[in-house]
Amino acid sequence: MAKRDVPEINAGSMADIAFLLLIFFLVTTTMDVDTGISRKLPEKQPEDMPEPPKLKEKNVFIVTVNRNNDILVEGETFMTIDKIREEALKFIDNGGGLGNPIDGAEPAECDWCEGAKDPLSSDHPNKAIISLESDRGTSYGTYIAVQNELVGAYTDLRNRLAEKEYGMSYTQMLKDQKNSQNNETLNERIKLIKGKYPQIISEAEPTK
Amino acid sequence: MSKFKKKKKGMPGISTASLPDIVFMLLFFFMVTTVMRETELKIKKPTLPKATEIKKLERKSLVSYIYVGKVKDQNGDKIQLNDRIADVKDVKYFIFAERETHPEDEIPLLTTSIKADIATNVGTITDIKEELRNINALKINYSTLKGNVMDNVK
Repeated sequence: MAKRDVPEINAGSMADIAFLLLIFFLVTTTMDVDTGISRKLPEKQPEDMPEPPKLKEKNVFIVTVNRNNDILVEGETFMTIDKIREEALKFIDNGGGLGNPIDGAEPAECDWCEGAKDPLSSDHPNKAIISLESDRGTSYGTYIAVQNELVGAYTDLRNRLAEKEYGMSYTQMLKDQKNSQNNETLNERIKLIKGKYPQIISEAEPTK
Repeated sequence: MSKFKKKKKGMPGISTASLPDIVFMLLFFFMVTTVMRETELKIKKPTLPKATEIKKLERKSLVSYIYVGKVKDQNGDKIQLNDRIADVKDVKYFIFAERETHPEDEIPLLTTSIKADIATNVGTITDIKEELRNINALKINYSTLKGNVMDNVK
């Protein structure tokens, strides 16, 4: 029997096929990364909820944005967006009194605050509440800008504290946490910093 | 002389044998990185606000998107869920449907990303948030781009 040659498959058109697929994926691909400001909504309160405890006025920092996108702080001063971060920072970091007890310990002063210790401003970072009031007609852009500045104030404070305590910014610590799996000391430190400057921002329901 | 007869020199053709390999490499890269766009935008592409304190959304499979923006030739803000323009009341059904597609232990991790245009009224956003609160979908993310916040108010 004559030995038959197995004919080789011509691979010349392979490139064409691959190109075709390549172009398809090139066209359909979207490389956008999703970024944004993350928030957690408060849980729905039952109707028969007892009245929430009254808060001292000095512990609440009210930022109001009206329908013309004007920003009013504490109901009296008009402010531009770039000033809010500074004002919020001053308010949170004031440390003028005793804070809420942490882990059942006696209420203590904020010994990591560097604020003015003004008795008329907030007592302690864990008591300081920022309330953001808006109108239905406020534009979303302004609303986000204000939120961003408020979150920014907390980030600045956390960065400062982390820098002082561990020689590393809080933002960097969060990045490291993402890259390393279960680094106990790091997780512990982040929790500590978060606890010292807890982010308490309330988004009030808008005025009609 | 004849031993060293000059060979005819032409430009040797470049071998294209490795071309498929290169193309395949690119192909695999794009195949892996590609995310098929799930929904087609019915509203005008929202101009997202800018912010600096942003976080990256990890695990895209856990994120459901709500688009808010304007529709051509119509007044008011419109909400788009999946492929169609919907009412605020439909948000809860949308979230329920999203929950159906995930195992139970992942449900608390589900995040709702609100992609809204900067010119949207906060009222619309609040309505959506209220709906989400009603059904206990508490993790939200205001979708923003990285940039200067002052650009939002111009």
